[in-house]
Amino acid sequence: MTKVVAVTGNEAVANAFRQIEPDVCAAYPITPQTELMQRFASFVSDGKVKTELILVESEHSALSACVGAAAAGGRVATATSSQGLALMWEILFITSGMRLPVVMAVVNRALSAPINIHCDHSDAMGARDSGWIQLWSENAQEAYDNAIQAFRIAEHMDIRLPVMVCYDGFIISHSIERIEYLDDDIVKNFVGEYKPLYPLLDIENPKSYGPLILTDLYMEVRRAHAEVYKKVPQVVLKVAEEFEKISGRKYGLFETYRLEDAEIGLVVLNSAAGTAKDVVDEYRDKGIKVGLIKPRLFRPFPYGEIGDALKHLKAVCVLDRADAFGGSFGPLYLDIATSLYPYSIKPALINRIYGLGGRDFMPEHVAYVIEELKKIVETGKVESFKEYIGVRE
Amino acid sequence: MMGWKQIPPGMVILEAGSALKFKTGSWRAFKPRWIEENCIHCLLCWLYCPDNAVKVKDGKRGEFDFDYCKGCGICALECPGKKGNKAIVMEEEVK
Ligand code: SF4
Ligand code: SF4
Repeated sequence: MTKVVAVTGNEAVANAFRQIEPDVCAAYPITPQTELMQRFASFVSDGKVKTELILVESEHSALSACVGAAAAGGRVATATSSQGLALMWEILFITSGMRLPVVMAVVNRALSAPINIHCDHSDAMGARDSGWIQLWSENAQEAYDNAIQAFRIAEHMDIRLPVMVCYDGFIISHSIERIEYLDDDIVKNFVGEYKPLYPLLDIENPKSYGPLILTDLYMEVRRAHAEVYKKVPQVVLKVAEEFEKISGRKYGLFETYRLEDAEIGLVVLNSAAGTAKDVVDEYRDKGIKVGLIKPRLFRPFPYGEIGDALKHLKAVCVLDRADAFGGSFGPLYLDIATSLYPYSIKPALINRIYGLGGRDFMPEHVAYVIEELKKIVETGKVESFKEYIGVRE
Repeated sequence: MMGWKQIPPGMVILEAGSALKFKTGSWRAFKPRWIEENCIHCLLCWLYCPDNAVKVKDGKRGEFDFDYCKGCGICALECPGKKGNKAIVMEEEVK
Protein backbone atom coordinates (compact mmCIF):
# COMPACT_ATOMS: atom_id res chain seq x y z
CA MET A 1 0.00 0.00 0.00
CA THR A 2 1.50 3.30 -1.02
CA LYS A 3 0.45 6.47 0.69
CA VAL A 4 0.14 9.66 -1.33
CA VAL A 5 1.14 12.76 0.61
CA ALA A 6 1.90 16.43 0.01
CA VAL A 7 5.26 17.14 1.65
CA THR A 8 8.51 19.09 1.22
CA GLY A 9 11.63 17.36 -0.10
CA ASN A 10 13.25 17.60 3.33
CA GLU A 11 10.20 16.06 4.95
CA ALA A 12 10.26 13.19 2.46
CA VAL A 13 13.93 12.44 3.10
CA ALA A 14 13.44 12.72 6.87
CA ASN A 15 10.66 10.17 6.51
CA ALA A 16 12.95 7.86 4.53
CA PHE A 17 15.53 8.16 7.35
CA ARG A 18 12.77 7.34 9.88
CA GLN A 19 11.76 4.27 7.93
CA ILE A 20 15.38 3.12 7.64
CA GLU A 21 16.21 4.01 11.27
CA PRO A 22 20.02 4.30 11.13
CA ASP A 23 21.93 3.39 14.30
CA VAL A 24 23.63 6.78 14.43
CA CYS A 25 23.06 10.24 12.93
CA ALA A 26 25.42 13.14 13.56
CA ALA A 27 24.58 16.42 11.88
CA TYR A 28 24.92 20.17 12.29
CA PRO A 29 22.22 22.60 11.20
CA ILE A 30 22.71 24.59 8.01
CA THR A 31 20.13 26.12 5.67
CA PRO A 32 18.48 24.55 3.67
CA GLN A 33 19.29 21.17 5.21
CA THR A 34 18.19 22.15 8.75
CA GLU A 35 14.54 21.20 8.29
CA LEU A 36 15.51 17.63 7.39
CA MET A 37 17.49 16.91 10.55
CA GLN A 38 15.09 18.96 12.69
CA ARG A 39 12.25 16.68 11.53
CA PHE A 40 14.40 13.62 12.09
CA ALA A 41 15.31 14.87 15.59
CA SER A 42 11.56 15.02 16.33
CA PHE A 43 11.25 11.36 15.36
CA VAL A 44 14.06 10.60 17.83
CA SER A 45 12.48 12.66 20.66
CA ASP A 46 9.04 11.18 19.99
CA GLY A 47 10.48 7.69 20.31
CA LYS A 48 9.61 6.80 16.69
CA VAL A 49 13.22 5.67 16.06
CA LYS A 50 15.95 4.40 18.34
CA THR A 51 18.69 6.21 16.40
CA GLU A 52 21.47 7.74 18.49
CA LEU A 53 21.47 11.41 17.47
CA ILE A 54 24.85 13.01 18.19
CA LEU A 55 24.93 16.76 18.76
CA VAL A 56 28.17 18.20 17.46
CA GLU A 57 29.78 21.62 17.18
CA SER A 58 30.43 21.67 13.42
CA GLU A 59 30.08 19.69 10.21
CA HIS A 60 33.72 18.62 10.51
CA SER A 61 32.79 17.00 13.82
CA ALA A 62 29.51 15.66 12.42
CA LEU A 63 31.22 13.65 9.71
CA SER A 64 34.04 12.66 12.09
CA ALA A 65 31.44 11.22 14.47
CA CYS A 66 29.84 9.41 11.52
CA VAL A 67 33.22 7.89 10.59
CA GLY A 68 33.70 6.64 14.15
CA ALA A 69 30.19 5.23 14.36
CA ALA A 70 30.47 3.52 10.97
CA ALA A 71 33.87 2.01 11.82
CA ALA A 72 32.40 0.82 15.12
CA GLY A 73 29.86 -1.13 13.07
CA GLY A 74 26.73 1.04 12.81
CA ARG A 75 24.46 2.11 9.96
CA VAL A 76 25.04 5.86 9.76
CA ALA A 77 23.41 8.85 8.06
CA THR A 78 23.96 12.60 8.02
CA ALA A 79 22.97 15.65 5.99
CA THR A 80 24.42 19.03 5.06
CA SER A 81 24.55 21.89 2.54
CA SER A 82 27.05 24.36 1.09
CA GLN A 83 29.64 25.56 3.65
CA GLY A 84 28.81 22.56 5.80
CA LEU A 85 29.91 20.20 3.07
CA ALA A 86 32.97 22.37 2.48
CA LEU A 87 33.87 22.06 6.15
CA MET A 88 33.50 18.28 5.92
CA TRP A 89 35.97 18.14 3.03
CA GLU A 90 38.86 16.59 4.94
CA ILE A 91 36.68 13.85 6.41
CA LEU A 92 34.95 13.09 3.09
CA PHE A 93 38.15 11.48 1.80
CA ILE A 94 38.65 9.59 5.06
CA THR A 95 35.11 8.17 4.90
CA SER A 96 35.57 6.88 1.36
CA GLY A 97 39.20 5.79 1.89
CA MET A 98 38.11 3.61 4.80
CA ARG A 99 35.18 2.30 2.73
CA LEU A 100 32.58 3.34 5.29
CA PRO A 101 29.02 3.20 3.88
CA VAL A 102 27.74 6.49 5.34
CA VAL A 103 24.70 8.04 3.60
CA MET A 104 24.47 11.84 3.40
CA ALA A 105 21.71 14.03 2.06
CA VAL A 106 23.27 17.05 0.32
CA VAL A 107 20.67 19.79 -0.04
CA ASN A 108 22.40 21.77 -2.77
CA ARG A 109 23.21 25.38 -1.94
CA ALA A 110 25.65 27.95 -3.32
CA LEU A 111 29.10 28.38 -1.76
CA SER A 112 30.36 31.63 -0.23
CA ALA A 113 31.58 34.31 -0.89
CA PRO A 114 29.29 36.17 -1.32
CA ILE A 115 27.13 34.37 1.18
CA ASN A 116 23.91 33.01 -0.32
CA ILE A 117 21.49 30.43 1.03
CA HIS A 118 19.84 29.43 -2.27
CA CYS A 119 20.36 26.61 -4.70
CA ASP A 120 23.24 25.87 -6.96
CA HIS A 121 25.46 22.84 -7.31
CA SER A 122 28.84 24.26 -6.32
CA ASP A 123 28.78 22.43 -2.96
CA ALA A 124 28.39 18.88 -4.29
CA MET A 125 30.55 19.64 -7.33
CA GLY A 126 33.37 20.67 -5.02
CA ALA A 127 33.20 17.22 -3.47
CA ARG A 128 32.85 15.28 -6.71
CA ASP A 129 36.29 13.69 -6.55
CA SER A 130 36.16 12.79 -2.85
CA GLY A 131 35.29 9.15 -3.51
CA TRP A 132 31.63 9.44 -2.52
CA ILE A 133 29.02 8.02 -4.85
CA GLN A 134 26.64 10.82 -5.91
CA LEU A 135 22.98 10.31 -6.78
CA TRP A 136 21.12 13.40 -8.03
CA SER A 137 17.37 13.91 -7.72
CA GLU A 138 14.96 15.97 -9.83
CA ASN A 139 12.13 16.21 -7.30
CA ALA A 140 11.03 15.16 -3.80
CA GLN A 141 9.95 11.72 -5.02
CA GLU A 142 13.38 11.05 -6.49
CA ALA A 143 15.08 12.38 -3.34
CA TYR A 144 12.99 9.98 -1.22
CA ASP A 145 13.57 7.05 -3.58
CA ASN A 146 17.30 7.78 -3.89
CA ALA A 147 17.66 8.06 -0.10
CA ILE A 148 16.22 4.56 0.32
CA GLN A 149 18.32 3.08 -2.48
CA ALA A 150 21.45 4.88 -1.20
CA PHE A 151 21.68 2.62 1.87
CA ARG A 152 21.49 -0.51 -0.24
CA ILE A 153 24.12 0.83 -2.66
CA ALA A 154 26.49 2.06 0.07
CA GLU A 155 26.24 -1.15 2.07
CA HIS A 156 26.61 -3.54 -0.86
CA MET A 157 29.46 -5.88 0.03
CA ASP A 158 31.08 -5.50 -3.42
CA ILE A 159 31.62 -1.78 -2.91
CA ARG A 160 31.10 -0.49 0.66
CA LEU A 161 31.30 3.21 -0.24
CA PRO A 162 29.64 6.36 1.13
CA VAL A 163 26.80 7.90 -0.89
CA MET A 164 25.56 11.48 -1.26
CA VAL A 165 21.93 12.03 -2.22
CA CYS A 166 21.76 15.48 -3.83
CA TYR A 167 18.59 17.56 -4.29
CA ASP A 168 18.05 21.25 -4.90
CA GLY A 169 17.92 23.57 -1.90
CA PHE A 170 14.57 25.39 -1.45
CA ILE A 171 13.33 24.47 -4.95
CA ILE A 172 12.94 20.85 -3.82
CA SER A 173 13.83 20.90 -0.12
CA HIS A 174 11.15 23.44 0.83
CA SER A 175 8.49 23.15 -1.90
CA ILE A 176 5.50 20.94 -1.22
CA GLU A 177 4.93 18.26 -3.82
CA ARG A 178 2.78 15.20 -4.23
CA ILE A 179 4.82 12.15 -3.43
CA GLU A 180 4.20 8.47 -2.80
CA TYR A 181 5.52 6.94 0.41
CA LEU A 182 6.22 3.26 0.63
CA ASP A 183 5.05 1.35 3.70
CA ASP A 184 7.45 1.25 6.64
CA ASP A 185 7.67 -2.55 6.50
CA ILE A 186 8.44 -2.56 2.80
CA VAL A 187 11.26 -0.03 3.25
CA LYS A 188 12.68 -1.84 6.29
CA ASN A 189 12.58 -5.11 4.42
CA PHE A 190 14.18 -3.53 1.34
CA VAL A 191 17.16 -2.08 3.18
CA GLY A 192 17.41 -5.17 5.39
CA GLU A 193 19.38 -5.67 8.56
CA TYR A 194 22.71 -3.87 8.61
CA LYS A 195 25.73 -6.12 8.14
CA PRO A 196 28.93 -4.46 9.34
CA LEU A 197 32.27 -5.23 7.73
CA TYR A 198 35.19 -5.19 10.19
CA PRO A 199 33.35 -3.53 13.12
CA LEU A 200 35.68 -2.06 15.74
CA LEU A 201 33.22 -3.09 18.47
CA ASP A 202 33.86 -6.74 17.67
CA ILE A 203 36.52 -6.76 20.38
CA GLU A 204 37.23 -10.47 19.98
CA ASN A 205 38.81 -9.55 16.64
CA PRO A 206 40.90 -6.42 17.15
CA LYS A 207 41.67 -4.34 14.07
CA SER A 208 43.08 -0.95 13.07
CA TYR A 209 41.44 1.69 10.87
CA GLY A 210 43.39 4.44 9.15
CA PRO A 211 46.97 3.17 9.28
CA LEU A 212 50.04 5.07 8.09
CA ILE A 213 50.87 3.88 4.57
CA LEU A 214 54.01 5.35 3.04
CA THR A 215 55.78 5.20 -0.31
CA ASP A 216 56.06 1.41 -0.34
CA LEU A 217 52.31 0.71 -0.37
CA TYR A 218 50.25 3.93 -0.86
CA MET A 219 50.11 3.51 -4.66
CA GLU A 220 48.80 -0.05 -4.33
CA VAL A 221 46.14 1.07 -1.84
CA ARG A 222 44.95 3.83 -4.20
CA ARG A 223 45.00 1.48 -7.20
CA ALA A 224 42.86 -1.02 -5.29
CA HIS A 225 40.51 1.82 -4.30
CA ALA A 226 40.12 2.98 -7.93
CA GLU A 227 39.09 -0.55 -8.91
CA VAL A 228 36.08 -0.55 -6.56
CA TYR A 229 34.35 2.25 -8.49
CA LYS A 230 34.13 0.07 -11.61
CA LYS A 231 31.61 -2.11 -9.79
CA VAL A 232 29.36 0.78 -8.72
CA PRO A 233 27.19 1.10 -11.88
CA GLN A 234 26.16 -2.60 -11.76
CA VAL A 235 25.28 -2.27 -8.08
CA VAL A 236 23.25 0.90 -8.72
CA LEU A 237 21.34 -0.83 -11.54
CA LYS A 238 20.70 -3.98 -9.50
CA VAL A 239 19.38 -1.98 -6.55
CA ALA A 240 17.20 0.07 -8.96
CA GLU A 241 15.76 -3.12 -10.42
CA GLU A 242 14.79 -4.38 -6.97
CA PHE A 243 13.44 -0.95 -6.04
CA GLU A 244 11.19 -1.00 -9.09
CA LYS A 245 9.62 -4.21 -7.79
CA ILE A 246 8.54 -2.55 -4.52
CA SER A 247 7.66 0.88 -5.93
CA GLY A 248 6.82 0.54 -9.61
CA ARG A 249 9.27 3.40 -10.24
CA LYS A 250 12.12 2.86 -12.67
CA TYR A 251 15.64 4.24 -12.14
CA GLY A 252 18.83 3.95 -14.18
CA LEU A 253 22.27 5.56 -14.28
CA PHE A 254 20.60 8.52 -16.03
CA GLU A 255 17.25 9.42 -17.52
CA THR A 256 16.75 10.17 -21.20
CA TYR A 257 13.79 12.17 -22.41
CA ARG A 258 12.75 12.08 -26.09
CA LEU A 259 16.41 11.56 -26.96
CA GLU A 260 16.40 8.51 -29.28
CA ASP A 261 15.53 10.31 -32.54
CA ALA A 262 16.71 13.75 -31.38
CA GLU A 263 19.14 15.95 -33.31
CA ILE A 264 19.80 18.46 -30.55
CA GLY A 265 19.95 17.77 -26.86
CA LEU A 266 20.23 19.24 -23.40
CA VAL A 267 22.13 17.81 -20.45
CA VAL A 268 20.90 19.03 -17.08
CA LEU A 269 20.92 17.88 -13.44
CA ASN A 270 18.22 17.96 -10.76
CA SER A 271 15.14 20.21 -10.64
CA ALA A 272 15.93 22.24 -13.78
CA ALA A 273 15.37 19.05 -15.78
CA GLY A 274 11.67 19.29 -14.96
CA THR A 275 11.40 22.78 -16.48
CA ALA A 276 13.51 21.73 -19.45
CA LYS A 277 11.32 18.69 -20.25
CA ASP A 278 8.25 20.96 -20.60
CA VAL A 279 10.07 23.13 -23.12
CA VAL A 280 11.34 20.05 -24.96
CA ASP A 281 7.68 19.03 -25.36
CA GLU A 282 6.75 22.45 -26.74
CA TYR A 283 9.53 22.24 -29.34
CA ARG A 284 8.60 18.65 -30.21
CA ASP A 285 5.06 19.89 -30.90
CA LYS A 286 6.60 22.32 -33.41
CA GLY A 287 8.46 19.42 -35.05
CA ILE A 288 11.91 20.25 -33.65
CA LYS A 289 13.81 17.08 -32.73
CA VAL A 290 15.09 17.93 -29.30
CA GLY A 291 15.75 15.61 -26.36
CA LEU A 292 17.26 15.65 -22.89
CA ILE A 293 19.50 13.63 -20.64
CA LYS A 294 19.51 13.96 -16.87
CA PRO A 295 22.40 12.19 -15.08
CA ARG A 296 21.42 10.40 -11.86
CA LEU A 297 24.66 8.59 -10.98
CA PHE A 298 27.08 11.51 -11.27
CA ARG A 299 29.93 9.81 -9.35
CA PRO A 300 31.29 7.50 -10.56
CA PHE A 301 30.35 9.07 -13.89
CA PRO A 302 29.09 6.54 -16.47
CA TYR A 303 31.24 7.90 -19.32
CA GLY A 304 30.69 4.99 -21.72
CA GLU A 305 26.91 4.83 -21.36
CA ILE A 306 26.39 8.61 -21.55
CA GLY A 307 28.73 9.00 -24.52
CA ASP A 308 26.78 6.28 -26.28
CA ALA A 309 23.45 7.97 -25.54
CA LEU A 310 24.62 11.36 -26.89
CA LYS A 311 26.94 10.52 -29.78
CA HIS A 312 24.25 10.58 -32.50
CA LEU A 313 23.23 14.18 -31.79
CA LYS A 314 24.27 17.17 -33.90
CA ALA A 315 24.51 19.75 -31.11
CA VAL A 316 24.30 19.51 -27.33
CA CYS A 317 24.13 22.13 -24.58
CA VAL A 318 25.34 21.15 -21.12
CA LEU A 319 23.61 23.28 -18.50
CA ASP A 320 25.76 23.69 -15.40
CA ARG A 321 24.44 25.12 -12.11
CA ALA A 322 28.04 25.64 -10.94
CA ASP A 323 31.06 27.19 -12.57
CA ALA A 324 34.63 25.97 -12.37
CA PHE A 325 36.72 29.05 -11.85
CA GLY A 326 40.12 29.28 -13.46
CA GLY A 327 38.95 29.69 -17.04
CA SER A 328 37.58 26.15 -17.22
CA PHE A 329 34.11 24.87 -18.09
CA GLY A 330 31.30 23.82 -15.76
CA PRO A 331 31.91 20.46 -14.07
CA LEU A 332 29.11 18.62 -15.89
CA TYR A 333 30.37 19.92 -19.24
CA LEU A 334 33.85 18.54 -18.57
CA ASP A 335 32.47 15.06 -17.97
CA ILE A 336 30.15 15.16 -20.97
CA ALA A 337 33.05 16.33 -23.16
CA THR A 338 35.18 13.46 -21.83
CA SER A 339 32.45 10.93 -22.55
CA LEU A 340 32.16 12.14 -26.17
CA TYR A 341 35.88 12.47 -26.85
CA PRO A 342 36.39 8.84 -28.04
CA TYR A 343 33.96 9.28 -30.96
CA SER A 344 35.32 10.63 -34.24
CA ILE A 345 31.88 11.99 -35.20
CA LYS A 346 30.31 13.77 -32.26
CA PRO A 347 27.93 16.65 -31.51
CA ALA A 348 29.02 20.28 -31.20
CA LEU A 349 29.10 20.84 -27.45
CA ILE A 350 28.35 24.11 -25.68
CA ASN A 351 28.24 25.00 -22.00
CA ARG A 352 25.73 27.39 -20.45
CA ILE A 353 25.94 28.36 -16.77
CA TYR A 354 22.53 29.03 -15.18
CA GLY A 355 20.76 29.41 -11.87
CA LEU A 356 23.70 30.32 -9.60
CA GLY A 357 22.73 31.27 -6.05
CA GLY A 358 19.09 30.36 -6.66
CA ARG A 359 18.54 32.54 -9.78
CA ASP A 360 15.31 31.27 -11.34
CA PHE A 361 15.68 28.96 -14.29
CA MET A 362 12.76 29.84 -16.56
CA PRO A 363 11.27 28.13 -19.62
CA GLU A 364 12.52 31.04 -21.76
CA HIS A 365 16.11 30.14 -20.77
CA VAL A 366 15.57 26.63 -22.13
CA ALA A 367 14.02 28.05 -25.31
CA TYR A 368 17.01 30.39 -25.67
CA VAL A 369 19.54 27.53 -25.63
CA ILE A 370 17.41 25.38 -27.94
CA GLU A 371 17.41 28.30 -30.42
CA GLU A 372 21.18 28.54 -30.04
CA LEU A 373 21.55 24.83 -30.76
CA LYS A 374 19.27 25.08 -33.82
CA LYS A 375 21.48 27.86 -35.15
CA ILE A 376 24.63 25.81 -34.58
CA VAL A 377 23.12 22.92 -36.57
CA GLU A 378 22.03 25.28 -39.39
CA THR A 379 25.31 27.17 -39.70
CA GLY A 380 27.76 24.51 -38.52
CA LYS A 381 29.40 27.23 -36.42
CA VAL A 382 29.77 27.60 -32.65
CA GLU A 383 30.09 31.25 -31.69
CA SER A 384 30.81 30.75 -28.02
CA PHE A 385 31.48 27.55 -26.14
CA LYS A 386 30.80 28.87 -22.67
CA GLU A 387 28.42 31.62 -21.55
CA TYR A 388 26.30 32.56 -18.55
CA ILE A 389 22.54 32.70 -19.20
CA GLY A 390 19.91 34.62 -17.24
CA VAL A 391 22.46 37.23 -16.18
CA ARG A 392 22.21 41.03 -16.59
CA GLU A 393 24.84 42.66 -18.78
CA MET B 1 55.59 -6.90 -1.08
CA MET B 2 51.78 -6.81 -1.46
CA GLY B 3 50.33 -6.10 -4.93
CA TRP B 4 47.20 -3.96 -5.29
CA LYS B 5 44.94 -6.99 -5.70
CA GLN B 6 45.80 -8.13 -2.17
CA ILE B 7 44.84 -4.84 -0.49
CA PRO B 8 42.04 -5.37 2.08
CA PRO B 9 38.94 -3.09 1.83
CA GLY B 10 39.65 0.31 3.37
CA MET B 11 43.18 -0.87 4.26
CA VAL B 12 41.76 -2.06 7.58
CA ILE B 13 44.43 -4.05 9.40
CA LEU B 14 42.96 -7.25 10.80
CA GLU B 15 46.06 -8.34 12.68
CA ALA B 16 46.30 -7.17 16.29
CA GLY B 17 49.54 -5.59 17.56
CA SER B 18 51.02 -5.20 14.08
CA ALA B 19 52.75 -1.93 15.13
CA LEU B 20 55.44 -4.24 16.60
CA LYS B 21 56.54 -4.92 13.03
CA PHE B 22 57.22 -1.25 12.37
CA LYS B 23 60.44 -0.29 14.15
CA THR B 24 60.56 3.44 14.62
CA GLY B 25 63.85 3.63 16.54
CA SER B 26 65.69 4.76 13.41
CA TRP B 27 63.78 8.09 13.48
CA ARG B 28 65.73 9.14 16.59
CA ALA B 29 68.00 12.20 16.64
CA PHE B 30 68.31 12.31 20.43
CA LYS B 31 68.62 9.26 22.63
CA PRO B 32 67.47 9.01 26.25
CA ARG B 33 70.05 7.71 28.76
CA TRP B 34 68.87 6.23 32.06
CA ILE B 35 70.92 7.10 35.14
CA GLU B 36 69.90 4.32 37.48
CA GLU B 37 71.26 5.84 40.71
CA ASN B 38 68.94 8.87 40.33
CA CYS B 39 65.86 6.71 39.65
CA ILE B 40 63.08 6.48 42.27
CA HIS B 41 61.07 3.96 40.18
CA CYS B 42 57.98 6.17 40.04
CA LEU B 43 57.32 4.85 36.49
CA LEU B 44 56.21 8.25 35.16
CA CYS B 45 58.49 7.62 32.17
CA TRP B 46 56.65 4.36 31.45
CA LEU B 47 53.30 6.11 31.77
CA TYR B 48 54.16 9.06 29.53
CA CYS B 49 56.14 7.29 26.80
CA PRO B 50 53.94 7.44 23.65
CA ASP B 51 55.77 4.47 22.13
CA ASN B 52 55.72 1.96 24.97
CA ALA B 53 59.52 2.08 24.81
CA VAL B 54 60.20 2.07 28.56
CA LYS B 55 60.21 -1.46 29.88
CA VAL B 56 59.10 -2.46 33.37
CA LYS B 57 60.24 -5.62 35.16
CA ASP B 58 58.85 -6.80 38.51
CA GLY B 59 57.28 -3.40 39.16
CA LYS B 60 60.65 -1.68 38.68
CA ARG B 61 61.80 0.52 35.86
CA GLY B 62 63.75 -1.47 33.25
CA GLU B 63 65.83 -0.51 30.19
CA PHE B 64 64.66 1.42 27.12
CA ASP B 65 63.49 -0.52 24.08
CA PHE B 66 65.50 1.30 21.42
CA ASP B 67 63.76 -0.53 18.58
CA TYR B 68 60.76 1.75 19.17
CA CYS B 69 62.04 4.78 21.12
CA LYS B 70 61.72 7.79 18.78
CA GLY B 71 63.73 10.04 21.06
CA CYS B 72 60.89 12.50 21.70
CA GLY B 73 62.25 13.38 25.16
CA ILE B 74 58.92 13.26 26.97
CA CYS B 75 60.27 10.77 29.53
CA ALA B 76 63.24 13.03 30.30
CA LEU B 77 60.94 16.05 30.72
CA GLU B 78 58.54 14.22 33.05
CA CYS B 79 61.21 12.40 35.11
CA PRO B 80 61.34 13.85 38.67
CA GLY B 81 64.66 12.08 39.47
CA LYS B 82 66.22 12.20 42.92
CA LYS B 83 67.01 15.42 44.80
CA GLY B 84 66.84 17.53 41.64
CA ASN B 85 69.01 15.15 39.62
CA LYS B 86 67.23 13.77 36.57
CA ALA B 87 67.33 10.02 36.02
CA ILE B 88 66.88 10.48 32.27
CA VAL B 89 68.98 12.76 30.08
CA MET B 90 68.78 13.24 26.32
CA GLU B 91 71.99 12.90 24.36
CA GLU B 92 72.66 13.49 20.70
CA GLU B 93 72.49 10.28 18.70
CA VAL B 94 75.86 9.27 17.31
CA LYS B 95 75.94 7.04 14.29
S1 SF4 C 1 62.37 9.45 24.37
FE1 SF4 C 1 60.20 9.36 23.98
S2 SF4 C 1 59.97 7.44 22.90
FE2 SF4 C 1 61.95 7.34 23.86
S3 SF4 C 1 61.56 6.34 25.78
FE3 SF4 C 1 61.46 8.52 26.18
S4 SF4 C 1 59.30 9.01 25.99
FE4 SF4 C 1 59.60 6.99 25.04
S1 SF4 D 1 60.46 8.86 35.56
FE1 SF4 D 1 62.62 9.00 36.14
S2 SF4 D 1 62.58 8.49 38.29
FE2 SF4 D 1 60.62 7.83 37.52
S3 SF4 D 1 60.96 5.71 36.97
FE3 SF4 D 1 61.36 6.86 35.14
S4 SF4 D 1 63.54 7.23 35.18
FE4 SF4 D 1 62.96 6.60 37.20
